[in-house]
Amino acid sequence: MSSLALVNKKDPLVRIARRDSIAKPKALIIRLIAIVISLIVCALIIFAITKVNPLKVYESMFKGAFGTKGKTWNTVRDTMMLLCIAIGLAPAFKMKFWNIGAEGQILVGGIATAACMIYLKSLPPVLLFICMVVASVIAGALWGILPAVFKAKWNTNETLFTLMMNYVALQLTSFFVALWENPYGSNKVGIINPQNHEGWFPSIFGEQYVLNVIIVMVLTVGMFIYLKYTKQGYELSVVGDSENTAKYAGISVKKVIIRTMIISGAICGLSGFITVSGASHTISTSTAGGKGFTAIIVCWLAKFNTFTMIAISALIIFLQQGAIQIASEFNLNNDVANMITGIILFFILGSEFFINYRLIFRKADKGVK
Amino acid sequence: MSGFISLFQAAVVFGTVIMFGAVGEIITEKSGNLNLGVPGIMFLGGIASLAGTFLYQLSVNNALQSAYDAFIASGGVKENFAPSGALAFFSEQSSSAITGFAANGWVGVIIAFLCAFLAAAFGGFIFAFLTITLRANQNVTGLTLTIFGSGVANFFGGSLNTLAGGVGQISVETTSRAYRTSIPFLSDLGVVGELFFSYGWLVYVALIVAIFCQYYLTRTRAGLNLRAVGENPATADAAGINVTAHKYLATCLGAGISGIGGLFYVMDYTKGTWANDGTIEALGWLAVALVIFATWRPKNAIWGAYLFGVLYWAYLYIGGLTRASQEIFKMLPYIVTIVVLIFISLRKKKENQPPAALGLPYFREDR
Amino acid sequence: MDNNVAVRMENITKAFGTKVVANKNVTLDIRKGEILALLGENGSGKTTLMNMLSGIYFPDSGRIFVDGKEVSIHSPKDAYSLGIGMIHQHFKLVDVFTATENVALGMDKKITGRRNKIAKDVQEICDRYGFDVKPDQKVYNMSVSQKQTLEIVKALYRGAELLILDEPTAVLTPQESDKLFSILRTMKEEGKSVILITHKLNEVLSVSDRVSILRKGEYIDTVETKDATAESLTEMMVGKKVILDIDRPEVENKQKRIEIKNLSCVNKYGVKALDDVSFDIYGGEILGIAGISGSGQKHLLESIAGLQETEEGSSVKYYEPETGKEEQLIGKTPMQIRQQGVALSFVPEDRLGMGLVGTMGMSDNMMLRSYKNGFLFTDRKSPKDLAIKVKDDLGVITPNIQTPVRKLSGGNVQKVLVGREIASNPKVLLTAYAVRGLDINTSYTIYGLLNEQKKKGVAVVYVGEDLDVLLALCDRIAVLCSGKLNGVVDARTTTKEEVGLLMTNLREDGDNNE
Repeated sequence: MSSLALVNKKDPLVRIARRDSIAKPKALIIRLIAIVISLIVCALIIFAITKVNPLKVYESMFKGAFGTKGKTWNTVRDTMMLLCIAIGLAPAFKMKFWNIGAEGQILVGGIATAACMIYLKSLPPVLLFICMVVASVIAGALWGILPAVFKAKWNTNETLFTLMMNYVALQLTSFFVALWENPYGSNKVGIINPQNHEGWFPSIFGEQYVLNVIIVMVLTVGMFIYLKYTKQGYELSVVGDSENTAKYAGISVKKVIIRTMIISGAICGLSGFITVSGASHTISTSTAGGKGFTAIIVCWLAKFNTFTMIAISALIIFLQQGAIQIASEFNLNNDVANMITGIILFFILGSEFFINYRLIFRKADKGVK
Repeated sequence: MSGFISLFQAAVVFGTVIMFGAVGEIITEKSGNLNLGVPGIMFLGGIASLAGTFLYQLSVNNALQSAYDAFIASGGVKENFAPSGALAFFSEQSSSAITGFAANGWVGVIIAFLCAFLAAAFGGFIFAFLTITLRANQNVTGLTLTIFGSGVANFFGGSLNTLAGGVGQISVETTSRAYRTSIPFLSDLGVVGELFFSYGWLVYVALIVAIFCQYYLTRTRAGLNLRAVGENPATADAAGINVTAHKYLATCLGAGISGIGGLFYVMDYTKGTWANDGTIEALGWLAVALVIFATWRPKNAIWGAYLFGVLYWAYLYIGGLTRASQEIFKMLPYIVTIVVLIFISLRKKKENQPPAALGLPYFREDR
Repeated sequence: MDNNVAVRMENITKAFGTKVVANKNVTLDIRKGEILALLGENGSGKTTLMNMLSGIYFPDSGRIFVDGKEVSIHSPKDAYSLGIGMIHQHFKLVDVFTATENVALGMDKKITGRRNKIAKDVQEICDRYGFDVKPDQKVYNMSVSQKQTLEIVKALYRGAELLILDEPTAVLTPQESDKLFSILRTMKEEGKSVILITHKLNEVLSVSDRVSILRKGEYIDTVETKDATAESLTEMMVGKKVILDIDRPEVENKQKRIEIKNLSCVNKYGVKALDDVSFDIYGGEILGIAGISGSGQKHLLESIAGLQETEEGSSVKYYEPETGKEEQLIGKTPMQIRQQGVALSFVPEDRLGMGLVGTMGMSDNMMLRSYKNGFLFTDRKSPKDLAIKVKDDLGVITPNIQTPVRKLSGGNVQKVLVGREIASNPKVLLTAYAVRGLDINTSYTIYGLLNEQKKKGVAVVYVGEDLDVLLALCDRIAVLCSGKLNGVVDARTTTKEEVGLLMTNLREDGDNNE
């Protein structure tokens, strides 16, 4: 046996061991450290580019997110949007169904809403709203049910299926944008019903986005309860953990997969409705704007807890709004927001490791000879 | 006929972008890593090639400009200064925005290539570090990489535009032209030349890369080991294959190849300019789709890429479409991919399935 | 140091997490040219110990010597280069590769040459030992024993001087086992060392030269096989003389509960897993199911529980003489079976993969059987009460009832599962390997629980692997062999030899001739 080469190797320098459990405050501290480091990294990058005092940069980020009442409301509005999508994804992800298709589900929901606003604007407001909600929910659910059926019946890979569905939805949006364009030749739909605001969210307490907040908060609480306290929520958790156990317990796995994806798609469709009717009042290929992807990350980091999602959504939107402010103040472009978001998410994703594992360093030399 | 030729040509150009992206992703996925950051990686490759070349050409110009200034200052006569044939023309131009007349295109080519490959491989490295060493979820990390890549690329793309004096002003014409050099003589062969030999040379490099990767995966020992890592990492590990190293290498190398797709788009299709219109992202997702369509085989990615290119542009060449219905046509590549995805899950043929451990983490001690 | 020692493990300790110590201060010598049996109960740390030789795990402390030189084995590659090859229970093969490709895996081309040369070498090894594997055969087309053979080919091809086999006969027919043993003897004669991980005493006694015994992660002793007897080895293995003192109450009120007729089904590869099986199960008795692993036990239980698709003509009828009820269970899902009022409980073999939800706590796991009660919302109170009751009654050790059950030890997981299944007051209780991996005390607790159910008139089915236990606990034993029912014997009068024979020799004269 040729063993000489190995004789002098020492133990590995670092070994990794799974933690049995971790105290909540400790986990929180690890995450906070990750965020702080990521902010420092971002500051360094911004400093390298703009030569501006990074602290000033963060000050203006804060101004960008909360500087004026309008900006604060924009931050709230976008947070609600992101949160709404993440809530929609929560049941699917808890079931370990990789619904990467929120982007598409939002778009079809938005299309359905816009169609109602355009074609049914003569209806009484209440009826119009009901139509919009129903249409967007059905559209989103349809987009969700397709990959679910194939997953349930033939185990077709849902990650790739839902991903492709995004682009089908995107082209569908382009189609309707071309169909509804206004003015002719602009390739934009423009603000729908600008005069009489048919199908727009009404102001509540004199504020434009209060209704958005109310709807999403109801969904937040509702989804929390659904996942934690209902039979259906229990069923989908069991399916997510082990399909065999689900079958053993008499749960129809196929039914649960399809039902859960209908719910997931429907809520994503509804968030398309909120975007079109309650925020942008128009539809374009950037209506979803990558939020469907960002929401996946929100949902994943929050471990499907809808209340945790509020905090994470708020953090991400704060960063994005702040970054946009930096961009305009220091003459950069808006895409800096995505760059910063990416960096911070990298750090948060990486920090999960230190929550689940601990490192064991090699103890002092044990004297190999 | 000319319609067909131009459709074919357009298809080959976009097909090449997608092919680079897909072949790189196949290498990555064969190691068991499902990197959904392909669009982000192609963004990184594209912008790095552009930025690298831009800075290179800018510095050469500045040097030339100062040499020229010095020459004039020392009392020389314009016409006698001849470090470059382009100088006469150069001297007539206003100083700032136009760059690249003195720079050597082929130096630019090398710089662009290295920048694109390294930046994209760095993107792959981020993914690999987070998912392999820090055990983060692959899907989530990949999507974050896409967000990050598009942010970086469009941010620097926008900044370069600003530096160069406005949108569309940035131009690395010399390097771009070198990239668009087609094969001499062959490209003059009438219709055949137009169909097959009228492209920038990277089109043929893509073919060579795809064929090489096919050979590498199916015929070489290293390829066998790599596939084993993606199929059954525990087995590969037990066979003495360094799973972590293979995953890292495949992911970084694959990302590097994907990144060349971004370079080709920037240097060939947009002729060395930057446009923030999301086309790279769309092509990136098409590349992910093509991996499935090709059932994880580079040789299928070759014709698949051109087919996707044809499907992408077909709407332009089909008569009687309104602008709206053209958009419906553009769904075709995605719908075709969905159909293929369903088909392979229905047929359950072992050889056509994704690598068995695709998307799953591997930690030896977890069992 | 003894020149004849091939590998020495010295004071090896390995722990998982902070609680589970798999190996504690184990010292072991393997000589050249011997077959060493590593004996121990399930969970005694045999596999973990060997995994530290094969490079899967790295010891927390202790030293390893190969040929008298200290080595440090960080990976399977290190192990191979030291001439150590291990054949795991779960085969390390790539399904979509051919035999040759699997052999070539991870090997340096400079050493092996091109692939067709390897194919030739593989063929040569197969010819020499009479192996039934073709070089270009894909692994997904191979039978289990072919896969194992391929594993041995792999190790031989790599020039293993020490071959470790982890429970190799668990998946083999007796003929295949005999063949394997003769191969091992040949290897021994060539001067190679073999470690055989097993808990089957007959194997130990028939092939090994020496036996090392582990118990609960600790090294007990090494003895010469020729000086050992089944009794002495068992004593060392379990720590005391096993007088299987399992209570067996007399059967009262025996009533037919389930009638199985012509039950057939195929496994996921389309191979017959159950072939025309017919027998009855009675309330008030414990029916043992014996058979070598993979003889159709799993499919039998799952067919009864509504989890397995069966072939045309299969019938499983449930009787309730008290009410005169009769139900056909075939073709019904578990949910439908329960909705028909059939009180059937099932303790499956794969506890965390089938019986329980690993990520949930005890309380939520209790809900698995009862969550359907109530409207829309789950009732959380009664599962919680039940969890507390099970925890107290069976002495489940867990930080609290919300701790995910996958963090509990095997014995506690099993208590949670059995506790829940019994709590639903079944008329039929199916158990698969109910005591696998449990310590003796917990095992006795489980036997007690089963007897209690029997006394209540429940029809208890006990699928087991330990013949002594089957003979001591059960009233009747049905023996499966290759998916066929090879006989039903009275456990009070039969002998181990008779059951063993039925397990391994398919009766040709049975009623199963085609």
